[in-house]
Amino acid sequence: MGIIKTDKLTFEYIRRDEEGNVEGITRAVDEVDLDVKQGSFIAILGHNGSGKSTLAKHINAILYPTEGTVWVDGMDTQDEAHLWDIRQEAGMVFQNPDNQIIGQVVEEDVGFGPENMGVPTREIWERVEESLKAVGMYEYRKHSPNKLSGGQKQRVSIAGVIAMHPKCIILDEPTAMLDPNGRKEVIRAVRALNDVEGITVVLITHYMEEIIHADQVFVMDQGHVAMKGSPREIFSRVEELRKLRLDVPQVTLLAHELREEGLKLPEGILTIEEFVEALSRCR
Amino acid sequence: MLRDITLGQYYQADSVIHRLDPRVKLVATIGFIISLFVVDSWIGYVAAAIFLAFMIKLSKVPFHYMVKGMKAIVFILMITVVFNLFLTPGEPLVSVWKLTITKQGLRTAVMMAVRLSFLIVGSSLMTLTTTPNSLTDGMEKLMNPLKCVKVPVHEIAMMMSIALRFIPILLEETDKIMKAQIARGADFESGNLIKKAKAMVPLLVPLFISAFRRANDLAMAMEARCYRGGEHRTKMKPLCYHAADRAAYCVLLVYFAGCVAIRIWL
Repeated sequence: MGIIKTDKLTFEYIRRDEEGNVEGITRAVDEVDLDVKQGSFIAILGHNGSGKSTLAKHINAILYPTEGTVWVDGMDTQDEAHLWDIRQEAGMVFQNPDNQIIGQVVEEDVGFGPENMGVPTREIWERVEESLKAVGMYEYRKHSPNKLSGGQKQRVSIAGVIAMHPKCIILDEPTAMLDPNGRKEVIRAVRALNDVEGITVVLITHYMEEIIHADQVFVMDQGHVAMKGSPREIFSRVEELRKLRLDVPQVTLLAHELREEGLKLPEGILTIEEFVEALSRCR
Repeated sequence: MLRDITLGQYYQADSVIHRLDPRVKLVATIGFIISLFVVDSWIGYVAAAIFLAFMIKLSKVPFHYMVKGMKAIVFILMITVVFNLFLTPGEPLVSVWKLTITKQGLRTAVMMAVRLSFLIVGSSLMTLTTTPNSLTDGMEKLMNPLKCVKVPVHEIAMMMSIALRFIPILLEETDKIMKAQIARGADFESGNLIKKAKAMVPLLVPLFISAFRRANDLAMAMEARCYRGGEHRTKMKPLCYHAADRAAYCVLLVYFAGCVAIRIWL
């Protein structure tokens, strides 16, 4: 069993009208089976309302499955006794950086998680230092979070999670509210965590460029896992992706269009370098 | 612009007073205020003035910052002075039309004015030298004994510090919503008071909604980071007394004893 495993995970919520009468039941997540290996980089893709955020909140035991089971490191998330262990092992980074920073100084915010876990004072300082260094925000430790850019704030949030020494991090659209530079900063930090520290990463996003480096990609649609595979496999199915209202990176799209027109290019080109190489081989 | 506002009115400097434990400063401020009501002679006020002047000098905060705090209470000060001046019965000094200034009235009026201004300067000295954050920490630690009578001390402190953190964010948001409304023809400037108040409604409604959404998000983020109230919690920056703090308590004690002595013997 991997670090995160779900078995027929289903989550329903009840829609109510203004008087509180039940209007209907929506299945946000529908029989999802996941098995994430320790140390891997997983990306979950999907457009708005595909159930990807709901799925993420199950891993951190913020939501509990209506049916099915979620295990984090072998612990059932519905087991009250392990609640805090699960939340420590599976850290979560949310979309809006302003709404998840608690401290008024960067270092205090990073220390918030360890404080809650009851880590001794001296070790808190060590952890804060090492996690701020890991995301490259150490020189900002005395700053007020209000004065940082979006990308920096999000890196502080990530540091706040790393300070809890989690085995995996779930990032729920961490770049959705950032500008392109901020997005690059955050993704670079996340990749470094995965490569250097060996932390399992579950990245939820709807930006295609961000999933290129993932080991495995799950595409969600209406609560189901619609596609699954390596980024290359996923991106070779351009038509399907378009049907799911997802954008393909421009290079991949260009290669696809050229192939349609009869050029002999391989499927699933992900980067500009690859494309140039493939193109030069065509001639 | 809005990002830069600091709450309270903290003045950044490196002084003995700045480095004191917030608890000492809280206790000292309360002690100083009490001492102002303990003394009732001119010598007492001179003592208080010397003590205060000494503290201001130590704090390295420019004096005009203290006076800034006074501006807010000028009105109250005037009322107090006027009432005391004219309405205290006693030996008449000057009499104009129906108004009489008595000797006792003059005395209480001046005393009240001095008392109030010292009070304000004293407490602004505390807010000028302590960050809101450490003030919250200090209050939490000081009120800790109240936990026995089921006062949610930790929760109150947490709420205060979160409120402090979100004030600039919400101000910025207000600014944004205001601009968005102005762009669509809303008018916040003209009209009488009632009209202006009514114009605030379309500003407040979205602001409230977003504040609730933020609160919801924040609560989730805190839970995700293992927050479960005050128990099991350790402190990253625990408050502990140092030599300077003990010395400060001694100084305070000497001053307070002096005030009591002046009251009794002079």
